[in-house]
Amino acid sequence: MLTPLQPQTDVNAARAPGNGRVDYLVVAQMIDPGAKVLDVGCGDGELLRLLAETRNVDGRGIELSREGVNESVAKGLAVVQGDADTDLGDYPDDAFDYVILSQTLQATRHPRQVLEHMLRIGRHAVVSFPNFGHWRIRLQIMFGGHMPRTDNLSYSWYDTPNIHFCTIKDFRQLCEQTGAKMEKAVALNAWGSRLRLNAPWWFWNLFGEQAVFLLSRKD
Amino acid sequence: MADVQLNPAPDAAGSPREADNPRDSLVAHFGPDKPLKLDAGVELAPFQIAYKTYGTLNAQRSNAVMICHALTGDHHVASTNPVTGKPGWWEIMVGPGRPIDTERYFVICSNVMGGCLGTSGPASINPATGKPYGLDFPVITIRDMVRAQAMLLDRLGIETLFAVAGGSMGGMQVLQWAASYPERVFAALPLACATRHSAQNIAFHEVGRQAVMADPEWKQGRYLLEDTNPRRGLAVARMGAHITYLSDAALHRKFGRRLQDRSNPTFSFDADFEVESYLRHQGSSFVERFDANSYLYLTRAMDYFDLAADYGGVLAKAFKESQTRFCIVSFTSDWLFPTSDSRAIVHALNAGGARVSFAEIATDKGHDAFLLDEPELLAITRGFLDSAAKARGLKG
Repeated sequence: MLTPLQPQTDVNAARAPGNGRVDYLVVAQMIDPGAKVLDVGCGDGELLRLLAETRNVDGRGIELSREGVNESVAKGLAVVQGDADTDLGDYPDDAFDYVILSQTLQATRHPRQVLEHMLRIGRHAVVSFPNFGHWRIRLQIMFGGHMPRTDNLSYSWYDTPNIHFCTIKDFRQLCEQTGAKMEKAVALNAWGSRLRLNAPWWFWNLFGEQAVFLLSRKD
Repeated sequence: MADVQLNPAPDAAGSPREADNPRDSLVAHFGPDKPLKLDAGVELAPFQIAYKTYGTLNAQRSNAVMICHALTGDHHVASTNPVTGKPGWWEIMVGPGRPIDTERYFVICSNVMGGCLGTSGPASINPATGKPYGLDFPVITIRDMVRAQAMLLDRLGIETLFAVAGGSMGGMQVLQWAASYPERVFAALPLACATRHSAQNIAFHEVGRQAVMADPEWKQGRYLLEDTNPRRGLAVARMGAHITYLSDAALHRKFGRRLQDRSNPTFSFDADFEVESYLRHQGSSFVERFDANSYLYLTRAMDYFDLAADYGGVLAKAFKESQTRFCIVSFTSDWLFPTSDSRAIVHALNAGGARVSFAEIATDKGHDAFLLDEPELLAITRGFLDSAAKARGLKG
């Protein structure tokens, strides 16, 4: 069982690998040391750097933005410019131990295909995403009557890259439809603390601001 | 050699003098017992390779970096070129404290086979006749160039290279290195290149070769014997090629429609426009340092390059189970080797499970951007090599 995480308050946290992001730490704890990892949508490469330094992984990345790629490569990471929606097909079966999709699922055009490719390329998939079922988001639509905006999801509806939001409940259904087996799941509240493990799913779906799932293929 | 008629200009590259006895260069000689087996099906012997080294080989012999030069480049990568008097062609990238740091790495750069600055090529003296080879020199391929470099490495007693780096035709050699000698290459940096020359690129090269061969002074390739020099043809070839190294945006930025030293058009075919004057200068300065036949041979080598063809048409097989780390870089305005070419390499490497980085750099400088001060390219190269050096156990 994983130990509960404390919110990062260290002033040096921003300079640590992963910039001290709690969701990165949750992901990292799901990865076996020394594993071969592909991070799809790796941004500036901070999660890969964290995994390399704390889990000794053999890490690769794909990133859409040119700035993110160039920053990652300059950090010495094996990152290629590419698109999760079109380029995962190039990777052979079972090429990785883990394929990670960190805060990127909602920005893909075909989330289901992406998930299926992840489980083909990797023995495990790790998916983290913002939960659109969180109570604050529900309240914004219900009482504000406008598309939700939060600190983590600060885009206006008309210029957001996030085109496929889902809730924890939605994602669990997608896992069932794609034949993915849920091995671990973690929900974090707005302060980056874990929700109780024995809480029911409806509780997670209401109070989890982010979720991280470790999946594997159903045999 | 007594009956050979040398070109009059004492410093002209491509003259047998520079082609056989290059100044400010090291020369490795390979005798009849060490022939170079060529793709053309013949063996070349004896032959020689001119090269330069920078920095110091460490005790483990693990810090050697091979630089592969482009079509009209040479081995003077990081020091003054004795032929032109200009700085080395990649001093922005290679030198003390530069991304390819000569205080850390032992850098080797050799003139390619078929070249004209000290490695055996059509301007070299054919020992069988005592006269320049001319078109009797066998046709060379990119793989032949790399085979020769591997023989040089053997001669230097270096088993594995920490890295191989180069752009354009140099990048083709890097890819060939990684495919032919995967166990000898720890890290590979192919820049602005492709695994095969496109039809458009072959077409451009053919125009250049026809320009050379249409010059009456080319004399069926025997100009060194007949004391002529196809300067005009080679200059036109260079002018055409030079356009392909730039971009529409870069030409517009540098020259626009500005007139050269005049306020009105002359209504003649003089070089009215700045861009015309610039191209003429590029052409005329090129012929002072390059041999026309060598230009034919090296463009041909690029045309013949098709790495996948050597592996049953499947590029991924060229890099199967490669342990080499790759860093591939393309440039947005490079229309000679567009990003799609680099992406094809990345796909093949990913399919083989290789460790690959790939970045596309936004610039309007065209194909030549790999030679220029592109801060992102320098940062990427430094980051990639630093990380590889760490994995290789090289001291910082």
